[in-house]
Amino acid sequence: MLEVKNLKAHIDTPDGVVKAVDGVSFIIKPGETVGIVGESGSGKSVLAHSIMQLNPKPPTFYPQGEILFEGRNLLQLQEKELRKIRGNDIAMIFQDPMSSLNPVFKVGEQLMEAILTHHHMPKSKAKQRAIELLKDVGIPDPEKRMNAYPHQFSGGMRQRVLIAIALACNPKILIADEPTTALDVTIQAQILELMKNIQEKYGMAIIIISHDLGVIAQMAEKVLVMYSGRIVEKGNVEDIFFHTSMPYTWSLLRSLPRIDSESRERLLNIEGQPPNLIHPPSGCNFHPRCPFATEQCKLIDPELTKRSSNHFVACLLSEVEFKEAKRLMENVEQEGDLKHV
Amino acid sequence: MLHYTLRRLLAIIPVLFIVSIIVFMIVHLTPGNPAYLILGEDSSPEAIEQLEQQLGLDKPKVIQYFDWLGNIFVGDLGQSIYSEQAVTQIIVERLGPTFSLMVISMLLTIIVAIPTAIFIVWKRNTVLDPLFLSGSLLGTSIPEFWLALLLVLGLGVSVPIFPVAGYIPITDGLLGWLHHLLLPGIVLAAVEVGLIARMLRDSMLESVNQDYTKTARGKGVKESTVLMKHVFSNALIPTTTVIGVTVAGLLGGTVIIETIFTIPGVGQLLIDSIHRRDYPVIQGVVLFVAFVYVLINLIVDLLYAFLDPRIRYD
Repeated sequence: MLEVKNLKAHIDTPDGVVKAVDGVSFIIKPGETVGIVGESGSGKSVLAHSIMQLNPKPPTFYPQGEILFEGRNLLQLQEKELRKIRGNDIAMIFQDPMSSLNPVFKVGEQLMEAILTHHHMPKSKAKQRAIELLKDVGIPDPEKRMNAYPHQFSGGMRQRVLIAIALACNPKILIADEPTTALDVTIQAQILELMKNIQEKYGMAIIIISHDLGVIAQMAEKVLVMYSGRIVEKGNVEDIFFHTSMPYTWSLLRSLPRIDSESRERLLNIEGQPPNLIHPPSGCNFHPRCPFATEQCKLIDPELTKRSSNHFVACLLSEVEFKEAKRLMENVEQEGDLKHV
Repeated sequence: MLHYTLRRLLAIIPVLFIVSIIVFMIVHLTPGNPAYLILGEDSSPEAIEQLEQQLGLDKPKVIQYFDWLGNIFVGDLGQSIYSEQAVTQIIVERLGPTFSLMVISMLLTIIVAIPTAIFIVWKRNTVLDPLFLSGSLLGTSIPEFWLALLLVLGLGVSVPIFPVAGYIPITDGLLGWLHHLLLPGIVLAAVEVGLIARMLRDSMLESVNQDYTKTARGKGVKESTVLMKHVFSNALIPTTTVIGVTVAGLLGGTVIIETIFTIPGVGQLLIDSIHRRDYPVIQGVVLFVAFVYVLINLIVDLLYAFLDPRIRYD
């Protein structure tokens, strides 16, 4: 349904061209949930905004690639055509619910705008539909809340309203850009639960973007791991979490605290900073921070290669080499721990 | 809301009290003697003394002040020394022209400034924006009197489309009224357009990339609707303050324009009264202007609550 082919989205800045998305390809099938994970600044949001064509142009430009939605390349569509797709076929919810609703309009009005933009119907009918949507996203007393202003809602409730806005025209794809990052943990769980329920009811595909592996594990069937504007590992959720094959993904997983961990593994942070996207490192972008980097990694930029039926990895280490390297490193760490004791 | 309005209305009283003291002191400490001015250079000291007594100017300043203040409370601003008319009546007579000028220049300002700002924000990444910035700076920097004289020369004398001076009340015909006020209105608007359009452009550019505009664009809303509905309604809030201050400023700030176009307004009244040392009129006019100034500020604050639902005064 949606196919992104070798997409590049670059941003013109006074310091140079930022290669925010640099050759990304993936496919979304109807009804599936795809997670995109990566650190801040890895290009996740720019990628999501590219699909909606919502990156401000200029400074953003697309030097290469295609975004095919139902056979049409979104990069070549006129603004007018794009508007028919936005909100109607592909909808988006954003990171910060506190600022994503217009403070001067009533919630009901903003919701009805989403409906009336794509469907010609009497206002009373749009209002009925809006109330239904609010009910669907679990807002109590929806008739009354239609007339409330955004500031009268909590963060979680506002995110529910934004989800209702995104659902207004029953889209085929819902892009959720860090939908729970700005919310506290209990609310996060509620919103994720809501998104699952809604997917069951409406049957759309979801692209969920997060830096939080927990969120991804809970929601996604397929996962794309992004690093410095590229996909470095992609596969089914089991592949990524249980057959991790890219040192970056492995580092990400090891930086998470685990409540069920028996091996008393130490939490590790990933040394160094995400790379400069104006002058990315030579060879593999991750080599300066990679614990297993070899001389070759500085020279050769690895392509995404197939490991198993759905599992692709961009790393020069073979599966065997990677396992061996991990084992060695864990041994070294354990010895270090023993010395401490 | 009602409670807030009442409280704000009561707060006007101390402001006016302070204004009254300052005005009284400035007027009475300025050199010059109205009795002398009325009777002329050849008058005898006795005659002057007699007139001063008659006008109550021989009493101690403090007594004079409280006499004046006491009368204000019963709605009496005193009598003009010069024409012996009641000050309230004089002000009311002069209010028509000034008010007309304010309305016309503000209408012109808003009609030009708001579409200009929206258009510039729409074309924000083009060469139009820097052009607009220098244009608005030019507009606010041009001296009013110079532009006024230039327009009179061009459109009043060389190509006589507009009258060079004078005023016709609206009751004597709408067209004549407009005909006489258009040139001075344009001059006043030229200055304000630069200020208000610039202010609106800045506020709009500030909110044009806010998250809620992304939500709106994500719905598939047209860019023009995003700008005119979502961005404009937010940018209008800070701009209202500037418009309010501008309107209030016009009441006392049209002196030069009223003089150039001989419009018998409040500004001219003030100038004439200062020349004549007509104490009660000066005091009355200044107090009145201060009152309107505070009142307009109050209206702006109430408008805020209307424009921005987040503001609740109670």
